[in-house]
Amino acid sequence: MRNNRDVILAYSIMLGLIILVGFLQSWSIALSILCLCLISAVMTMGANIQWGYAGLINFGIMGYTALGGLAAVLVSVPPVREAWQVGGLNMILCALLIALMVFSVRFIIKKYKKSNKRNYGIAAVIIVGLIFLRLISGPAIESIEAVNPATTGFLGGMGFPILFSWIVGAFFAGGLAYVIGKIALGLRADYLAIATLLISEIVIAVIKHEDWLSRGVKNVIGLKRPVPYEIDLQNKEWFIDLVARFNQGTLNLITDALEKEQMLKQLVIEGSTVFVKLCFAGLFTAVVIILLIVTQKALYSPWGRMMRAIRDNEEAANAMGKNVVKQHLLIFVLGSAIVGIAGAMMVTYDGLFTPGSYRPMRYTFLIWVMVIVGGSGNNFGAVLGGFAVWFLWIEAAPIALFLINFFTTGLEETNVLRLHLIDSIPYFRFLMMGIGLLLIMRYRPKGILPEKIKQV
Amino acid sequence: MDFINAIVLLLNYIFVPALSYGSQLALGAIFVSLIYGILRFAYFTAGDLMSFGTMFTILFTWYFQSLGISLGVLPTALLAIPFGIMITILYVLVKDKLVFSYYRFKKSPPVMLAMVSIGTMFVTQAIVRIIIGPFDRRFFDGEKFILKANEFKEMTGLNEGLTIKSTQVITLFVTIIVVSILFWFLNKTKTGKSMRAYSDNEDLALLSGIDPKRVVMITWIIAAILATIGGTLYGLDKSFKPFTYFNNMLPIFAAAIVGGIGNPFGAFLGGYVIAFSEILVTYAYRKFFIYLLPESIEPDSLLQLLSTDYKFAVSFSILVVVLLFRPSGIFKGKII
Repeated sequence: MRNNRDVILAYSIMLGLIILVGFLQSWSIALSILCLCLISAVMTMGANIQWGYAGLINFGIMGYTALGGLAAVLVSVPPVREAWQVGGLNMILCALLIALMVFSVRFIIKKYKKSNKRNYGIAAVIIVGLIFLRLISGPAIESIEAVNPATTGFLGGMGFPILFSWIVGAFFAGGLAYVIGKIALGLRADYLAIATLLISEIVIAVIKHEDWLSRGVKNVIGLKRPVPYEIDLQNKEWFIDLVARFNQGTLNLITDALEKEQMLKQLVIEGSTVFVKLCFAGLFTAVVIILLIVTQKALYSPWGRMMRAIRDNEEAANAMGKNVVKQHLLIFVLGSAIVGIAGAMMVTYDGLFTPGSYRPMRYTFLIWVMVIVGGSGNNFGAVLGGFAVWFLWIEAAPIALFLINFFTTGLEETNVLRLHLIDSIPYFRFLMMGIGLLLIMRYRPKGILPEKIKQV
Repeated sequence: MDFINAIVLLLNYIFVPALSYGSQLALGAIFVSLIYGILRFAYFTAGDLMSFGTMFTILFTWYFQSLGISLGVLPTALLAIPFGIMITILYVLVKDKLVFSYYRFKKSPPVMLAMVSIGTMFVTQAIVRIIIGPFDRRFFDGEKFILKANEFKEMTGLNEGLTIKSTQVITLFVTIIVVSILFWFLNKTKTGKSMRAYSDNEDLALLSGIDPKRVVMITWIIAAILATIGGTLYGLDKSFKPFTYFNNMLPIFAAAIVGGIGNPFGAFLGGYVIAFSEILVTYAYRKFFIYLLPESIEPDSLLQLLSTDYKFAVSFSILVVVLLFRPSGIFKGKII
């Protein structure tokens, strides 16, 4: 019971803080913090499944996030017909060739015993395949990228609604995780961390530089939203009525008709951004709740118990006949798929895909801070960690400004040290994150909401 | 003549840059490897520790420059390195006392320590950015080139020029000196031997009366020295930007693992393996073959295996291959 009270208390404090931002700064800011908190929560749930349930370290979160984002682009952008005409066939050929390569390598591995000869065979297949890939794709890529490079220059996507991409993103990320898991899961914990970190860098490099696929650093902008646009809302009768009803009190105070109309217009503009963000927040909350229910069910199912057994004592679990390798792979794929969903959600929310913005600090290490601070192994803890850390990450600047002003009150306004500190406010968030992580790891190593294991 | 031209071309664009880049990576990889061997965790602050040391070296360089002290043709930074090292040593020792020693005492699993090092990574990064800012800084002074392309052409009468930057020579020189001292220390002195013993078998080392505190302290000191020197050399050669240093952590880790983590000599070679493969794979060989082949079969394309954008990806792919086929690294480090 006490645990439940902790959970409720922690979440109410978090919500209270966000509402406080709404009152102090603006509702638009508060809601965007909330939206990103929710997205972070999805990411932390993915990382928590891997780390908290199974003890796998995945420092490749950035890669899966980006892949989810790529899914959003590939699903929602309408196809560029011209590009498909000039290079589509070759690209499909390339995909087939890659499939052929994979299958022949698998065939070799199955058919022949482990030996130097086999390794040479595999290497030969890969090298020959790569040369052919280069020959086929080279001219096609060039002609695809030449199609209207200022606006398209890539193959485009399927033109489906973007919400669909949340599922596709999960599959993309899960697929990548399957491949990586096959390669790297046998490694010891910290090696796995480094390997996944490096592999995620490779994924980002590919997304950044394969312009025909993702437009690369030229970014894809103007992705279609699943929720109404502000501009449309501002012209809708029902929405203006709604805003008017909400603000009746303030509007009634104004007697002048013209002024009243202007006030209403202002309110409608403000209201539309808030409304859009509310819609997003609603969608995201639905995802978070569904995932919470599913993960919570899984945690307390026999499968969850088995995962904990594997985490806490791999040998014993193995001796009991549990297939550790298979379960590790499964959970690696599942967790990554959830991160993929978050990646697609994030691009949906932003309405643009910027491969250049994927940096390990923000998309891998910060998520890890969230998981550890929140409480690994406990889904509510992980979600809370996502909320709290993201909130701090955003609000670090105002807090730092306040602290700097507080501690340097003795100094003059134009003091060099003071000005320098105020200039470097954006970096205080790193300091806060680091110190927060170190403190939590030292004094509350299980996180704010520690994992609780039901004793049966 | 064409043959010599082709060789000079490779020397100029592959060998010389890769050698200096490799040395910088090697210095980083050695200390990552040492920390892994002795403290037994993956030290994620590696890149940022390098930027921390470099930052103080830069600050001292600026201070000396303002005083009018310089080394003539050599960069002033060389004079500032010892001061940078001292502050970095102080920093790592304080960090160890405040943060890492607790977990060591508790015998936490390596994963925990790796996580803690992520915490210190955030803090170090913040300190560097708050003090010097996130921008690109150049702090090189003195003579820039030892051999200019034009001079070389005049000297030899070849078509291809060979440029040797003084930073490249300094890098190589300093690396050779530092690494020889380090290996002499590890292999010949009593302290060095005790460190290696501790790395091989902790319990046995403790039984034979090796003081773990001393071993750990010396490890950190060596790490600080190598980080500062490696970082400063990199900064002199290219430029100093905290974000680049953070990113350099990745090839450094790749080098350490490729060389066999926990094995400093392997890490040293691993640095060159990574640097050479990065540059070899992303170099466009067109000109090289134009010199070598007869005119009739001259290549049209760039003959580049991978575009330079994939520089990082190359080293990581090597790492993945090594992990798959030889998880203990090319030069046999700890068995994973």
